[in-house]
Amino acid sequence: MKVIYNTLFKRTSTYAVAIIASTFFFERALDVSSVAIFESVNKGKLWKDIKAKYE
Amino acid sequence: MAASLRRFHGLRLLKSTPALNLQQAKNLSSTGSWASGNKKLIGALGAITGGVGALLFALEQSVQASGGEVHSPAQAWNHKGLLDALDHQSVRRGYEVYKQVCSACHSMQYIAYRNLVGVSHTEAEAKAEAEQITVKDGPDDTGNYFDRPGKLSDYFPSPYPNEEAARAANNGAYPPDLSYIVSARKGGEDYIFSLLTGYHDAPAGVVLREGQYFNPYFPGGAISMAQVLYNEVIEYEDGTAPTQSQLAKDVATFLKWTSEPEHDDRKQLLIKVIGILGFLTVVSYYIKRHKWSSLKSRKIVFVPKDKK
Repeated sequence: MKVIYNTLFKRTSTYAVAIIASTFFFERALDVSSVAIFESVNKGKLWKDIKAKYE
Repeated sequence: MAASLRRFHGLRLLKSTPALNLQQAKNLSSTGSWASGNKKLIGALGAITGGVGALLFALEQSVQASGGEVHSPAQAWNHKGLLDALDHQSVRRGYEVYKQVCSACHSMQYIAYRNLVGVSHTEAEAKAEAEQITVKDGPDDTGNYFDRPGKLSDYFPSPYPNEEAARAANNGAYPPDLSYIVSARKGGEDYIFSLLTGYHDAPAGVVLREGQYFNPYFPGGAISMAQVLYNEVIEYEDGTAPTQSQLAKDVATFLKWTSEPEHDDRKQLLIKVIGILGFLTVVSYYIKRHKWSSLKSRKIVFVPKDKK
């Protein structure tokens, strides 16, 4: 905890960088995982599943 | 400035009061100072609002019960669940049904061929579909209008040039545009399915005029559209058995997609929203616990003065 505070949260500059960087990774992780959940729930019904038949 | 500061300071919320009193809601509420007439007024307002709401609900219910039509039963659509996407194979078959059966009378003027790309057709297939139609375009360099084969950006062709022509060709009845029909009809895709499969001989006592057919799901029972879906009325390219219910199911799924093209994205977004809100709930719960920890864990001790 103390390490995180001293290296990231203590100075505004590093704090802002930490926020922007973690936003990027949080957003990517959420996007990728929600798409993965949706595609596994609907396996076989989506266009990407039947696309191969028509190309 | 000073006056407004003093006014703020005078607010009961900001005054330091003993902790036990803080927890008594009545000290924070301003209703204690209301005259009894005020309270009655607020009470009456609440009662009227509730009463009007209940009345509207009851009226709506009685309207539902007074109609003569049969309500369409809920079918087990495989896109019905909270996270269930449309069955795109079914959408593709539904497009075949629309193109070969429905489009003879019904327009679909808000759907373009480009909308099919990535939903039920590849780009090449959608282009081929579009090229089958003829579109009037112009003016060209000499100012003349000309016919050209359709492009991806063209909308589905309408069978009639205008409503009057459609009425004249259909015994005075107007075949509605099907673009948003699932959203536009009570019961949605259930209604479409029931209507298409629900044709009957008219029961005794029901008088139908020339060109009308009996369908219990249609408000009033007399519909100007003849039954169009029969077993094997068309053939599917993917080899699915074209029974009447299969045709109706597929075209209802297709019309569901045209009415709600964002259907799949919306359900995918739900997962994302649940993820973000779940995360924020955890964070706010932690912050709440953090902020209240000192208040909750303190002790107030009464220490009597020693009597000497």
